[in-house]
Amino acid sequence: MKSLIAFWNILKKDIKNYYLKPPNISWGIIFPLSWSLMQLIRSPGKNILELLPGLMAMSILFGTTSMLAVTITFERSGRSFERLMLAPISLNLMLLAKIAGTIIFGMFNAFVPIVFASFFIDLKGVNFGIILPAVFMIALSSALMGLMIAVSAKQVFEAQTFSNFFRFPMLFLCGLFIPISDLPVFLRPISYCLPLTYGADILKGAITGVNIFSPVLSFCMLLFFSVALFLISKHNINRKWVL
Amino acid sequence: MLAVTNLTKTYGDFTAVNNISFEVQKGEIFGFLGPNGAGKTSTINMMIGLARPTAGEILINGIDAIKQTKKAQSIMGIVADESNLYNEMDGFDNLCFCAALYGMEKSERETKARHLLEEFRLKDAGKRPFKAYSKGMKRKLTIAAALIHSPQILFLDEPTTGIDVESSRQIRKMIVALKEQGTTVFLTTHYIEEAERICDRIAFIANGQIVASGTTSELMDSVSHAHAIRFVTSKSAENITAELKNNFKGSKVAVQGDNTFIMESEERISLLPVMNFLNDKGIDVYEAKELRPSLEDVFVKLTGIESSELKRDDKKGGRK
Repeated sequence: MKSLIAFWNILKKDIKNYYLKPPNISWGIIFPLSWSLMQLIRSPGKNILELLPGLMAMSILFGTTSMLAVTITFERSGRSFERLMLAPISLNLMLLAKIAGTIIFGMFNAFVPIVFASFFIDLKGVNFGIILPAVFMIALSSALMGLMIAVSAKQVFEAQTFSNFFRFPMLFLCGLFIPISDLPVFLRPISYCLPLTYGADILKGAITGVNIFSPVLSFCMLLFFSVALFLISKHNINRKWVL
Repeated sequence: MLAVTNLTKTYGDFTAVNNISFEVQKGEIFGFLGPNGAGKTSTINMMIGLARPTAGEILINGIDAIKQTKKAQSIMGIVADESNLYNEMDGFDNLCFCAALYGMEKSERETKARHLLEEFRLKDAGKRPFKAYSKGMKRKLTIAAALIHSPQILFLDEPTTGIDVESSRQIRKMIVALKEQGTTVFLTTHYIEEAERICDRIAFIANGQIVASGTTSELMDSVSHAHAIRFVTSKSAENITAELKNNFKGSKVAVQGDNTFIMESEERISLLPVMNFLNDKGIDVYEAKELRPSLEDVFVKLTGIESSELKRDDKKGGRK
């Protein structure tokens, strides 16, 4: 019960304090929103469905990584993060609370392109039963990638810059805008090592009905990436933050 | 309450804390006095779980603080050397949030937060964002946040550094009041007067090692066994110093200024014979004061560090 109180209050504080911080607004909301609008206006009609998985994945990726960079690096630079480290709650629980706020932010962002798309096209054929868990898993793995980045950065701008080294190449290598089969042979193995490749593939399947992996495999891969990223981040936190 | 045994912390080749041991009794204020870089923060960080000891043992109320860090943290209140609450939140919300981290129920944490705001004279600022607080107010709220869960032991790292005199005074009063309520206090400081004024026992730390520890009197006695009295008289005693020495065997007499002299002896000096002697010589005694070394003198003698080093730290700390 005590742990739940702590978990809920960390989550609530992050939502209240950080959702509307400038880096979150610019990278987490305005950037995906303007990209969505640009693509949707440029490609009215039938192409919107094909664009939707990419726009959703991008919104989640940018939203979650920005949010985590903000919540962790802001608090670390002001040393308020020490309060969480010194509280009698486990590191796992504290990180889960931080990640939960980020996942909610990422999931909210994911549905922005869907809302826009619904003004232009009929979304009846979209399998929302698959989309919802897929959005959650993409948000989870992206949030954990954001955590790994945030652990290495000291300032918000540093975290955002560092994030872009991962975010932009990932967008072009995950098969959303360029099919993996059209990528140069030497880049394809990298695509298969990116969590977004599997997340985007589930979204594609749920929205357009075309995917290259089985959804079960993709969900398993996302889970695998999430566990691995969590363990790496936790190891780095223990190594870097508890001296 | 707190037992530290052979505690060591190294960072690569650098030894920040070198095999220190000490104990803090329940309900006492224990001061860790030393200049910046002496190892104070490294020691406190190991005790609160922000740094891993290279060697040694830390027991807090019987809990192994190294192996059971979270359990130990549940009975600690911690005030870092910087006021580290959340700038975006107001004073009341900050206190409630800190209480929630210790699993306190909503009604309990709100009642306690209101009570602490009142006690720390921050009631009117309770709804102002933390970032709008003055340095002194920030420090007080940070201490209040550390007390929200009624800890058994309070760790204070440089509690009055960088804040105004009035706030420093209030904080020192609060620390003493906490001790009276039964809270054990471990505080680090580089202010000699602060340590002397509020601590029951003090440890001098320099270059990662505890040079001496004890009560103020014990520390003073450890460096000086001589007794000295300063006399302020109606006339100069310059002409009678030899006679004084002859009459009071084993005494040294040093004239200081026109009408002042200091008499020093290994034995305690009985005042009446000296006063009678001076009276016979037609000299009135206006003042006789026993001279004891100050804690600053003791610190300098024991650590070899000039007090100016501490004062330089004082300026770095930005104390007004």
